[in-house]
Amino acid sequence: MDAMNILIIARKELRDALRNRWFVLFTLSFAGLALALSALSQPTGTQLRLASYSRTAASLINLVLLFVPLISLTLGTSGLASDRETGALAYLLAQPVNHAEVLLGKYVGTAVALLASLLLGFGVAGIALTLQGQNTNPQSYIMTVFFACLLALALLSIGFLIAVIVHKSSTAVTSGLFVWLLLVFVGDLGLMGATIVTQLPIQTIFWIASLNPLQMFKISAILNIQANLEVLGPIGIYATEQYGVVLLPMMIVGLLLWTVIPMFVALLVFSNHSLITLKRKPA
Amino acid sequence: MIDAQNITKRYGKVTALDNVSFSIDVGKSIALWGANGAGKTTIIRSLLGVHSFGGTLTVDGIDVQKFGKRVRQRIGYVPQEMAFFDMSVLETLQFYAQLKKVNADVIPTVLAAVKLIGQDPKRVSALSGGMKQRLALAIALLADPKILLLDEPTASLDAHAQQDFIHMIQNLNASGKTIVFSSHRFEEVAALADHIVWLEGGKLKALCTPSELATDLGLRQWLRVEIAREYQSAAISSLSDKGYHHVPNGKAIYINIQTHQKVDILRLFDESHIPITDFDVTDSYAVPQQEEVS
Repeated sequence: MDAMNILIIARKELRDALRNRWFVLFTLSFAGLALALSALSQPTGTQLRLASYSRTAASLINLVLLFVPLISLTLGTSGLASDRETGALAYLLAQPVNHAEVLLGKYVGTAVALLASLLLGFGVAGIALTLQGQNTNPQSYIMTVFFACLLALALLSIGFLIAVIVHKSSTAVTSGLFVWLLLVFVGDLGLMGATIVTQLPIQTIFWIASLNPLQMFKISAILNIQANLEVLGPIGIYATEQYGVVLLPMMIVGLLLWTVIPMFVALLVFSNHSLITLKRKPA
Repeated sequence: MIDAQNITKRYGKVTALDNVSFSIDVGKSIALWGANGAGKTTIIRSLLGVHSFGGTLTVDGIDVQKFGKRVRQRIGYVPQEMAFFDMSVLETLQFYAQLKKVNADVIPTVLAAVKLIGQDPKRVSALSGGMKQRLALAIALLADPKILLLDEPTASLDAHAQQDFIHMIQNLNASGKTIVFSSHRFEEVAALADHIVWLEGGKLKALCTPSELATDLGLRQWLRVEIAREYQSAAISSLSDKGYHHVPNGKAIYINIQTHQKVDILRLFDESHIPITDFDVTDSYAVPQQEEVS
């Protein structure tokens, strides 16, 4: 594998992302919302002032849970699938590059753009807080940003896996949105319903919930702010008591696995494709 | 240069190529001829090493299946459908030059070779079909490859752009490059190919010359015969008697024939004591302009 080819393709992807108006819109929206949340997350509501890093980080968790999976899955599914549909991917693969270089290059480029977008959003809010002198605990804020970046990378990997498996661009993006709905809404509600109906033991519920990368992020981010998961109810209390200080590293490793495994499977699937069958023209 | 032995490719239950063997010498121009679905594009994909297949295929002595990337370094590929990323012409060339490990200094040279000078700041999406085709050729030429592989190179071009593009490929072939192209347009094959790999339903039907293919297909050409003015009436009369369709054009007569009938015409004029001052077979299969014999 040629690292230089990965870098060349990554640079092109980064440039494409920066020219993508939807991506720019997301970046500006995220930065605006992060800034607004940092202003609105005040302890008392009588006078608007910027809140502390921890409080802002807590508010941003919900923003991240909603926005980051959406943009990560959309970027992951749309880029590769649309290149395949236009034939640009087949043409690229007819050059002196191999599959792994192309897929990794696209992943790295998209990931850098995505992380830059997140850092800008968090950065704007962080700078605003600093300017207001509310820098009591910047470490928890930085850790929240770190967890958000891990979540973004994990969901980008899932997006790439979907794009590799599903050939049509529109189907790939729709599948990405379906996965987003599943992870963000149906996952929680479904688990609650299953818990009530099946009376699952609490450790089983915890593990099922923890398979969702969004829950991994939520647990990591909350632990980072307040050292226990009481806010998550009985499951949170169980997890804190059962796993203690190991819980946070467990969640980080979980997010890393969600990044590595889908991308690894995507590489295997992509490398075994008859490359230029991507346009499905067998003769 | 290229040696294919028993190439077989299946897509599920569909056999796209069935034991196809051929070889191509250095500097030759070879047409992959056949209808849609004959297997032309599958051979091109095999040559690029971008899918697995049965049999053996070597390019410049390199096994395509084992070293596809090295083979692609030696091949300049022009696809049938131009699909570029959303960049300017210059950015596109820079991007592919980097992937081919070629210094960007060659870009002005290839732009000149394909007559795209001055187009480099334009977005690729703003180029016409013919210009996109030339850009693909420029990309193919970046690494000065030994082999040019073209998939239906003029299929989406208008008549003028087709002639222009064919002329460029002829020049490249004359400069020593091996040309492999797929086509189902006989005029293109007649203009470019030394030999033809004729495919039908994924099988090799024949290895032949353009002239043999024309005969086999029952295609007709125009034989241009120059005859002194005083013999033209007699010549036209002889041709009419034998039922040949002909078109007088100045001091020449164009005679519509099947490719194997050239000698028949010359023999007819000889037997009729009509002296011929010159003759040739036109590349074009179109009807020539008629002019009155004066």
